[in-house]
Amino acid sequence: MSDHHHDHDHSHAPISNGDEPLAARTRALEELLVERGVITRDDVRRRIDWLVSRSPADGARLVARAWVDPEFKHRLLDDARTAALELGLDPGPSPVVVALENTETVHHMVVCTLCSCYPKALLGPPPDWYKSLPYRSRAVADPRGVLAEFGVELDGDVELRVVDSTADIRYLVIPRRPARTDALTEDELAAIVTRDSMIGVAQPLAPTQVAA
Amino acid sequence: MRYRTGESVRVANRRHDGHHRTPGYLKGKIGIVERSHPAFTNPETRAYDGDGLPEQRLYLISVSQRDLWPEYRGAAADRLFVDVFEHWLEKAE
Repeated sequence: MSDHHHDHDHSHAPISNGDEPLAARTRALEELLVERGVITRDDVRRRIDWLVSRSPADGARLVARAWVDPEFKHRLLDDARTAALELGLDPGPSPVVVALENTETVHHMVVCTLCSCYPKALLGPPPDWYKSLPYRSRAVADPRGVLAEFGVELDGDVELRVVDSTADIRYLVIPRRPARTDALTEDELAAIVTRDSMIGVAQPLAPTQVAA
Repeated sequence: MRYRTGESVRVANRRHDGHHRTPGYLKGKIGIVERSHPAFTNPETRAYDGDGLPEQRLYLISVSQRDLWPEYRGAAADRLFVDVFEHWLEKAE
């Protein structure tokens, strides 16, 4: 793979030309699948276009509505897919979405230890750290340590629930509504709901943190 | 549906060569059924061009973090929630 000559004395990671083994394997698989008529290049392109068109703004709209409308929150907790459709959002293909509510006494954070399962339809593509081995292993074994690195210190009497999404269900965290946000509109509330707060590794922004 | 919410279950401590969705850290551990999900096709056969039938019911179970990691540093009440297919669960008494 590398023809890099080390005629200099410092060490560095190989300079990537996009031919890492995994990328090469993925391309080879795609070639085969296309060649055998299982998928077309258009299928792949459409799927990528769909993925990059998704964003955490959709999840934030769900959370903001749940904050201002308790009845909607019930429906969201009961069946997030139907609740998303109610707001005109695309809950994505088949997997079931389950919303989990953070409260004064319970905090949820989500991980996929086996790969990178993530509610992409409502949050967009997962961040790189979510797919990284250190997050996937430490989130289950030392979640409070991981949260501290994200700047979240939970009280000792808060029950921390780490949710390992191992199968067909996708989990979305409804973070706690910050204090002193009574005067905010639903749109202003949505603006403080970050991607990370819906994974459960951050709290929503303080209203003053949002650029006017 | 074989298990009810609140019931104690043990995750089978069995080796499985090939693709499966039961994390190793969970095998042999005892937990509580928190929620029953719908049934889904079985990834263990679907991964090898099978049809994934019969569908397997999926459960959200929770296990005490201290039962998973002897040196767990967090609060005693902390739990790990994880989805497990029915054929990986056994009744725990």
